Amino acid sequence: MSKIKVVHYINNFFAGIGGEERADIPPEVREEAVGPGMALDAAFGGEAEIVATVICGDTYYGENMEAAKAAILEMIKKYSPDLFVAGPAFNAGRYGVACGSVAKAVEDELGIPVVSAMYRENPGTDMYKKDIHIIETEISAADMRKAVPKLARLGLKLAKGEDVGPPEEEGYHVRGIRVNYFNEKRASERGIEMLVKKMKGEEFVTEYPMPVFDRVSPNPAVKDISKIKVAIVTSGGIVPQGNPDRIESSSATKYGIYDISAMDSLGADRFMTIHGGYDRAFVTENPNLVVPLDVMREMEKEGVIGELADYFVSTTGTGTSVGNAKGFGEDFSKKLVADGVGAVILTST
Amino acid sequence: MVKEIERAGIPVVHVATVVPISLTIGANRIVPAVGIPYPLGNPNLGPDGDKKIRRALVEKALRALQTEVDEQTVFED
Amino acid sequence: MRLELGKIRITDVQFGEKTKVENGTLYVNKKELIDIAMEDDRILSVNVELARPGESVRIAPVKDVIEPRVKVEGSGGMFPGMISKVKTVGSGRTHALVGATVLTCGSIVGFQEGIIDMSGPAAKYTPFSETFNVCIVIEPREGLETHAYEEAARRAGLKIGAFVGEAGRDVEPDEIVVYETKPLLEQVAQYPDLPKVGYIHMLQSQGLLHDTYYYGVDAKQMVPTFMYPTEMMDGAITSGNCVAPCDKVTTFHHLNNPVIEDLYKKHGKDINFIGVILTNENVFLADKERSSDMVGKFVEFLGLDGVLITEEGYGNPDTDLMMNCKKATAAGAKVVLITDEFPGRDGKSQSLADAVPEADALVSCGQGNLIIEFPPMDKIIGTLDYIETMIGGYEGSLRPDGSIEAELQIIIASTIANGYNKLAARTY
Repeated sequence: MSKIKVVHYINNFFAGIGGEERADIPPEVREEAVGPGMALDAAFGGEAEIVATVICGDTYYGENMEAAKAAILEMIKKYSPDLFVAGPAFNAGRYGVACGSVAKAVEDELGIPVVSAMYRENPGTDMYKKDIHIIETEISAADMRKAVPKLARLGLKLAKGEDVGPPEEEGYHVRGIRVNYFNEKRASERGIEMLVKKMKGEEFVTEYPMPVFDRVSPNPAVKDISKIKVAIVTSGGIVPQGNPDRIESSSATKYGIYDISAMDSLGADRFMTIHGGYDRAFVTENPNLVVPLDVMREMEKEGVIGELADYFVSTTGTGTSVGNAKGFGEDFSKKLVADGVGAVILTST
Repeated sequence: MVKEIERAGIPVVHVATVVPISLTIGANRIVPAVGIPYPLGNPNLGPDGDKKIRRALVEKALRALQTEVDEQTVFED
Repeated sequence: MRLELGKIRITDVQFGEKTKVENGTLYVNKKELIDIAMEDDRILSVNVELARPGESVRIAPVKDVIEPRVKVEGSGGMFPGMISKVKTVGSGRTHALVGATVLTCGSIVGFQEGIIDMSGPAAKYTPFSETFNVCIVIEPREGLETHAYEEAARRAGLKIGAFVGEAGRDVEPDEIVVYETKPLLEQVAQYPDLPKVGYIHMLQSQGLLHDTYYYGVDAKQMVPTFMYPTEMMDGAITSGNCVAPCDKVTTFHHLNNPVIEDLYKKHGKDINFIGVILTNENVFLADKERSSDMVGKFVEFLGLDGVLITEEGYGNPDTDLMMNCKKATAAGAKVVLITDEFPGRDGKSQSLADAVPEADALVSCGQGNLIIEFPPMDKIIGTLDYIETMIGGYEGSLRPDGSIEAELQIIIASTIANGYNKLAARTY
């Protein structure tokens, strides 16, 4: 069996090129293991080998992120590696962010397994732990001897496509990803055990700590809505008959933008709902119950609102992950802004 | 989606039936809708009654958009 | 109320001349079952097929699953208010054909029905890959209105379930379990030193294919009430919903509620199981407030030290769950929630739509957004025509060779939030 090919990423300091005064060096490649890469190579125990090391100055990366990332990806592509390793960065902030940023790009764009290693307070850890596996290290490079074997072991697993175990076992930072597994006992039994402990005042561990939702400050109020273009967005799953974009009934992976410019009302012949989470009988007969085109067109004619946007945006709310919804929102908001929309009414069932 | 629209700089009002979810998720301007199977209207009242409710709700939504708020606000009656 | 549940273990199912149980094998007479279903003229045609564990069989779209049971002694009949007269049940003696089910499938009603694979990698996610299933494949009259079709299919399933259950009437059970809950004051007095625990059971009540029935009453029209746990074992609660297949509390699951089963196991040892508070999950905010207020009132009035709460469904009922949690805590009880999660296919988003700080003790039934591979099966009972529009399915889900790629939530009862399964989730 041929060895697993690894490309390693390190910074100016760990490459032995120099300290802060050389943090501005652009990316370069050496076709061998460099610095900590040598210990990493040894730790692979013959199963893998570092075929190239990419070295980049932390300051250079931070100030030229897009260009540096692109250049580095090109360098890595050449070697068609089976695994990409970045760091260990310990508590070096710019280095950690660079490791995370490059590793994420390698994973997303080259589809290669990636792994890194950092201290928990390195800003790169919080920023990238959900995207990539990051081995936990101590605060300084004095931890190198312990960090490298953990990094090698997890790296090999990822390269071979083996199942990765929980953070406590494999040594990586908790990523915040919910993963299924089969417990020995059924949930009702576990629930009762937890209740007995809670009633006795004993310690227990919840299987899911309550989620935190971020906040955004409200925008200033609209001064005069009769001068504004208003758009309708909905999570109620209203789509043209036949659902041409194939938006899902639950757990939507896409949204649609649908023209209403020539309509005074949403007709049941032209529109339907695909949202799987409510009794659709009423909305099927009258889609205006979710996208209130009929009254808003009247209000536009009366001059109550300045203008109604030519389209509405729609997706299915039920079961749709916050991550996806956030992505849709970021995406279509650009169009709303570009189209001069000054206010939005978002309807949900 | 509400927060991303807000982040893009466009004032947004969430017309939603399950107000607690809207609050938890973090919408800033919230107008309670009628019901889950018919948020903006009430088909049980016939076409005229239904449309009247829809109009009133949209008017309330527009008022909410024109009201300064500095924290999450539910616009009840 | 005291119920003796006689469990008759079924180890095979076959077609036969007479519907009966002999030496652990359930024989069903196809024509008798078809005739029962055809009594309803809303149904155009019916077929009956058998599915056994380990067979290369896929059943879709599944509407409800029922365990065949029969009341041998005691007041009332199975599924009171639905197919039997309205009469309080839950006492005396009931026989159950354990290991067998009657299930309804056929043309889709909404898109909330699900899949059962009897073998292969997807089988482990549903309890019904391990039961011997009598599948009633129903074809409705052309143009039949959806609410009417749902009702026709539901009634057919319950009637056939009760008919098949009759086969167990005179059979000596393999095991008899006794469940007893006394009237409140007597129950409290029986174990004065044990903490008083109640089970808050939330029923899906949101409209077409989202309804549940209590003694025949649509749960949308209920206000919270109290029931003896054994009433559920005789079918006082029946399912009219497929909220999302993974979450669906089938009639089988109402009959075999795991929280009730496990609370009884600890009854008199660690806890004093007082009974069940039944509530709903309506589509109007005022109803959610009203029901949760009344649940809180019950918790306070019954003097409960602790409660377990289970939810049916996800999304807006997460709000009912949190309201019940908050108000039960305020009423003085320690609360533990049992629920499933929907953090997105990559597991990275929030798992619930709503949250309150009081929800600090939660048991997970797994996450339903995970993508699963379903290999092709030799035989399909029902049809795969609707896979891509079913919840959990999407464009491209169904491949020409019959294999499927879809979210876990498309499998019946895979993440059921009443705690029946061992599937759970943790944070990596």
